[in-house]
Amino acid sequence: MWKFIVRRISLAIVIILCGSFIIYGVMRCMPTSFVEGLARQRAAASATTGGASYEEWLEKLNEAYHMNDDVLTGFANWLGNVLKGDFGESWKYGMPVTEKFNDVIWYSVVLNVVTLILQVAICIPLGIQAARHQYSGFDYGITVFAMLCISLPTFFLATVLKYIFAVKLGWFDLYGIVGRYYEQLDNWGKAMDMLKHMVLPTLTLTMLNIGGLTRYTRTNMLEVLNADYIRTARAKGLSEKVVINRHAFRNTLIPLVSYMSYLVPSLFSGSMITETLYQIPGIGYIAYDAMVAGDLPFTMFYSVFGLVLTQISLMLADIMYAVVDPRVRVN
Amino acid sequence: MSETTNNNTQNLSLDDGRRVKVLSPGMMVFKRFIRNRLAIAGICILVFMFAFSFLGGIISPYRQDQVFYKYDYANKEYAGAVVNTEYRYLTRDGSELPATTRAKFTLAAKSDAPSFEAGGTTYSLVKVADGFFRIGTSQELGSVTALGKIVDVKPAAGVTIADDLKKAAIAAVTGGQSTFELNGVTYTLTPGKAKSYTLAGAEDIALASMLAYDAYSTEFSDLINNFDFRLLSESAMHNGETSFELDGVTYHLDIESETTATISTGEGDAKTMVANVSNVIVNPVNSDMFLPMDYKAAVTDAIAAHESSFEYVNADGETEKHTIQISVNNYVISTNQKTMLIDMYAFPSKDHWLGTDDHGMDVLTRLMYGGRISLMVGFIVVFLELLIGIVIGGVSGYFGGWVDTLLMRFVDLFNSIPYYPMMIIAGALMDAFEVNPYTRIFMLMGIMGIMGWTGIARTVRGQILSLREQDFMVATEATGIRVSRRIFRHLVPNVMPLLIVQATMSLGSIILTEATLSFLGLGIKYPLASWGTIINSASNIYVMSNFWFIWIPAGILIVLTVLGFNFVGDGLRDAFDPKMKR
Repeated sequence: MWKFIVRRISLAIVIILCGSFIIYGVMRCMPTSFVEGLARQRAAASATTGGASYEEWLEKLNEAYHMNDDVLTGFANWLGNVLKGDFGESWKYGMPVTEKFNDVIWYSVVLNVVTLILQVAICIPLGIQAARHQYSGFDYGITVFAMLCISLPTFFLATVLKYIFAVKLGWFDLYGIVGRYYEQLDNWGKAMDMLKHMVLPTLTLTMLNIGGLTRYTRTNMLEVLNADYIRTARAKGLSEKVVINRHAFRNTLIPLVSYMSYLVPSLFSGSMITETLYQIPGIGYIAYDAMVAGDLPFTMFYSVFGLVLTQISLMLADIMYAVVDPRVRVN
Repeated sequence: MSETTNNNTQNLSLDDGRRVKVLSPGMMVFKRFIRNRLAIAGICILVFMFAFSFLGGIISPYRQDQVFYKYDYANKEYAGAVVNTEYRYLTRDGSELPATTRAKFTLAAKSDAPSFEAGGTTYSLVKVADGFFRIGTSQELGSVTALGKIVDVKPAAGVTIADDLKKAAIAAVTGGQSTFELNGVTYTLTPGKAKSYTLAGAEDIALASMLAYDAYSTEFSDLINNFDFRLLSESAMHNGETSFELDGVTYHLDIESETTATISTGEGDAKTMVANVSNVIVNPVNSDMFLPMDYKAAVTDAIAAHESSFEYVNADGETEKHTIQISVNNYVISTNQKTMLIDMYAFPSKDHWLGTDDHGMDVLTRLMYGGRISLMVGFIVVFLELLIGIVIGGVSGYFGGWVDTLLMRFVDLFNSIPYYPMMIIAGALMDAFEVNPYTRIFMLMGIMGIMGWTGIARTVRGQILSLREQDFMVATEATGIRVSRRIFRHLVPNVMPLLIVQATMSLGSIILTEATLSFLGLGIKYPLASWGTIINSASNIYVMSNFWFIWIPAGILIVLTVLGFNFVGDGLRDAFDPKMKR
């Protein structure tokens, strides 16, 4: 077991290193880099006062931002700093990357945790019911509904929700995390204001994720319900409630827990598209803006963060599977 | 032989295997598939989508980049009119009036001087009426002295003064006139020292007037620049006469005000409009526009009558209402003009079933062509993914060992690269190199294929790992079939059912991804469209809240198509492997 974990971790480290190098390389290839944009801006601003030209600014800024190093040296420098715990300063936001991250991550976490809770609360009962009444109208309804949720494009769902709830009904604002009068509100009001702005994004994310988990629950529940021990349980004369809740559901939990342990790290990764659409300043939206602006330190941090999360979730899934199901022995 | 075939059915026992109708595996799959209602619904949706996209584009009467225009009435400035306060000059043929002379004239006209000097020449000016002068060059002929009742005319050196001129000069002096006319020549008497006058004969060389002439037709354009015509007509106008004669033709004057008149010739049916005289100059707002004479006349009439609007019957026989606004000395004439506009955001109508978009293009046609691109992208990307996935997964699964470890770590690496950041960077790269929209689609498909093959490689590898241990593989080894053939002819076909299911499902997700990328502006670019780019217009709140017909149909098409692929994929999975319910 320990040998497995060590091997898994070392593999994860190699993947993280290679992945971050690829991102770094590609970011450096970006033709309209942040530095060029800044140089153009500075040159335009100082043009009237007879200041430095674009080329001069570019040279200076390239120096300042260490863009003159080749990709390998640049990456090595970056990696060296990261190992010392220094992710550098975000170019776009002008503050240490980790500080900015700390500011915004909690929006994403709250959004995702609420979504996850809702998702579990909706999907598991639905999946179980659908499995119990396989091929019934209810089952078909759930299947179609789940399929529909999987097939929905994020942006379309978000736009439709905005259209209905923000434009037509006027219940929520179209964008943002706080309302217009946020500053005038007391603490309770501020919290409620933020919550209100979280409703539509949460709804969007929940609807998008509902399909997968419902179908997963249904499939696994069906598998379990067809198992011999359920027939035994029924033969023993146990009530249907006990059969479902104690015998069937518990065994369905095995794959469900592994599925959800896979989801846990993704609570922190944010949801780029949804956050961008609603302009929730979570990690996804902030990272999207940073990426579009060519903010190398922030993008690198976000990518590495994503890589680490993926690797952790993969490892967690493996380990949790072993924990939940004692029959599973690694190797 | 014949006996056995005859008794074939009778002799078989009840549990004989031959009694059971055996279907081929393919038939079994097909039967199970068509029993699945959802899968059939999915097939129907997909057939509709393909017909809509690929046939729709042919049937549609419009092209995908056809821009529609509409005519609308907009109150636009049509013409400007200005009341002339400057002198306009008309010189007699062969004479000229230099600019400095004109300036001197203006000064002299202001101070009511009878003559002025410019460039060494003395000019005389005769005021016919306010704002109308005749300018002549003076030549001193002699002097007239009046002593009591005796008036004497003394010719200047080398000049002979005819008797009738003498008489006329004497008459003028006794009558106290400063100018007189004789045989078409104007003579001036400039008072000099003590009761003596200088007699000068002036020949008119130019007219200065504040009025402008506009000929009704080109045949009169020479006439209105004719010195005599102008002199006679304007004199007549100022004197209030209604007709004058020139070269045997009688012209009639229709005087509307002090400064406005119409000149015509002939009577009754033979009446021809010659020119319009006015102190108002009318010009079109756009230099490429020609204002007809009757329009100009209508404007000058309306201004003379101090009206704020007038009606004008245009060349098409339509009555237009023109309004006149005054600003300082200028009049601005505006009218509701028919203007050609791009028909943007037109609501659904008979011509455009789903209206038009922000470029004035037919939304339904755009959806059809957009569907082609969305579906094509889906299929080509899946094909690419299958190609890469099968090769890498197959090699990895067949060889196992370090090859497998290496390739699978490679897959892990690819899998861990964050998708959207990568796509954003790729999109920015393509933007920067200004890749043309057609090439861009193929590059996009390539990138999506390269980013998405890992799932298929894993499936193939996993299946092949178990399949290669089976007896038929031992047989292929025994018969000495070469490795590539073993992998791709014997192993991969066994994975095919699973691959077909996976490919169908990923078709849906690729269409979703492409739509998302296009929505973010990273995918398909104008003038090409995909369903995602069409919805992109809804990121503009104004479009989103007012023009549902632009973005909602595209969204529904995406959802239905993806749903169709998912239904079919699900149905196929159930059909291939009824035990494996997922």
